[in-house]
Amino acid sequence: MAAAQAARAEGADAGEAAGATQAAAVATAETPSGRLTPEQRAARVQESLKSKGGNGAAQSIGVPGTSEHTHRLLALVPPAGIQQVHSKQADKVYTWPHLLLVEFVSLLAVGVLLLIVSYFLDPIFRTLANPNLTPNPSKAPWYFLGLQELLRYFHPMVAGVTIPGVGLIILGAAGYIDKNPSAKPDNRKFANLAFTMFLVLWTVLVFAGSFFRGPGFNWVWPWQDGLFFEL
Amino acid sequence: MDDAKKRVQDNVIWKSIFRPGSIYRKGYRDTSRDRALAAMNNVLYHLHPVKVKRHGLKLTYTYCLGGISFFLFVVLTITGIFLMFFYRPTAGANTELAYLDMRNIIAGVTFGNLVRNMHRWGAHLMVFTVFLHMARVFYHGAYKPPREFNWVVGVILLTLTLLLSFTGYLLPWDQLAIWAVTVGTEMMGFTPVFGKQVQFVLLGGVEVGPETLLRFYVMHVLLLPFVLVVFLAVHFWRIRKDGGISGPL
Repeated sequence: MAAAQAARAEGADAGEAAGATQAAAVATAETPSGRLTPEQRAARVQESLKSKGGNGAAQSIGVPGTSEHTHRLLALVPPAGIQQVHSKQADKVYTWPHLLLVEFVSLLAVGVLLLIVSYFLDPIFRTLANPNLTPNPSKAPWYFLGLQELLRYFHPMVAGVTIPGVGLIILGAAGYIDKNPSAKPDNRKFANLAFTMFLVLWTVLVFAGSFFRGPGFNWVWPWQDGLFFEL
Repeated sequence: MDDAKKRVQDNVIWKSIFRPGSIYRKGYRDTSRDRALAAMNNVLYHLHPVKVKRHGLKLTYTYCLGGISFFLFVVLTITGIFLMFFYRPTAGANTELAYLDMRNIIAGVTFGNLVRNMHRWGAHLMVFTVFLHMARVFYHGAYKPPREFNWVVGVILLTLTLLLSFTGYLLPWDQLAIWAVTVGTEMMGFTPVFGKQVQFVLLGGVEVGPETLLRFYVMHVLLLPFVLVVFLAVHFWRIRKDGGISGPL
């Protein structure tokens, strides 16, 4: 049907449109998938041109007989070749103004928050770097302190490379591992539990490394020996 | 007034900037058509469709975390460019320009301290929001097909965010900076087979020194942001191609 409409849009008359539909129907019958090899396509074009009556010199669909340019034959796309989208009508609103206003407000809120924090809080700026004077404890940035905490328990290769490496790969592969099609929390208790455990474990490690490790990276309570944490 | 407006809008230059149908070209009226055109006739159309699912507006569903992460990245780019005007990544005996420039930014440059603080706190906040964004996407099952590849891109972006923050950590060249980076790169050096080589290339030597500062600076201001922007583009594009934001549970 689409083929017929397209042919008509090309300015062809009704008879040609019918011819195009016929050709499309033939193609559909032969190849249900709608995919044609270039040879099949060429054969179908020839067939279509012949069906117009004539020697293939078809001015009928807008291609001069001697022309090599056949791209206007797009009108012959079989219905099966057109991507079918089956989806329910969703409840939708216009991006402007509804979404863009929400985004603008959240952007302002974060911007103001950042500005206020930056105005009142100065991050630590210590003395000039000195390679000969190692502070005790030496800590990585906070988001790596979970890894540094692991160093207390495992060999550096395991703690610093194997665990984060395997962790990142499993995390990235989540979409391929998880075959459960449902997104409802009730149907995916295991996935949610596993991810929550990952988050909790990581948070606990980062907190332990950040707030409960003092000189020599030994365990200290912040209310006894103070904090050894710097952002 | 109308006459002046017409003169501004009715010339070759204005028309070359705003495409036919643009609301800036013909004036905005609050109709469905113009609401659609506001997104459609705009570079914005690459990010947002004309219409979005209504649940996408619910703050309790999206928390805007991806958008906030991107906004913070923009803020970090702008404040970072500002800081680059006053910073030289040079260290070494008697040429501790990096440290001196930091002191100058904090004490001498107009708004220097504020911008530096925004850059630093913004970086921490971005690591945090990217992490939360990941959690939100997971709990809504939005990493499932057809979005599984975009989730992979997201994990790459998380890694890049951490690396960007980490490379920036060294630049102040104070005691905190070099020792934190020493600890971090030590861990990296334990990678089997090529760990030591990678560490050597990153540090420009066997330990953190002036060469490390230059390498981390280039990675921080050029290499990693470039890679991140490329992946961001793919990330955003895939959101549109994979059917927009995920549906309600």
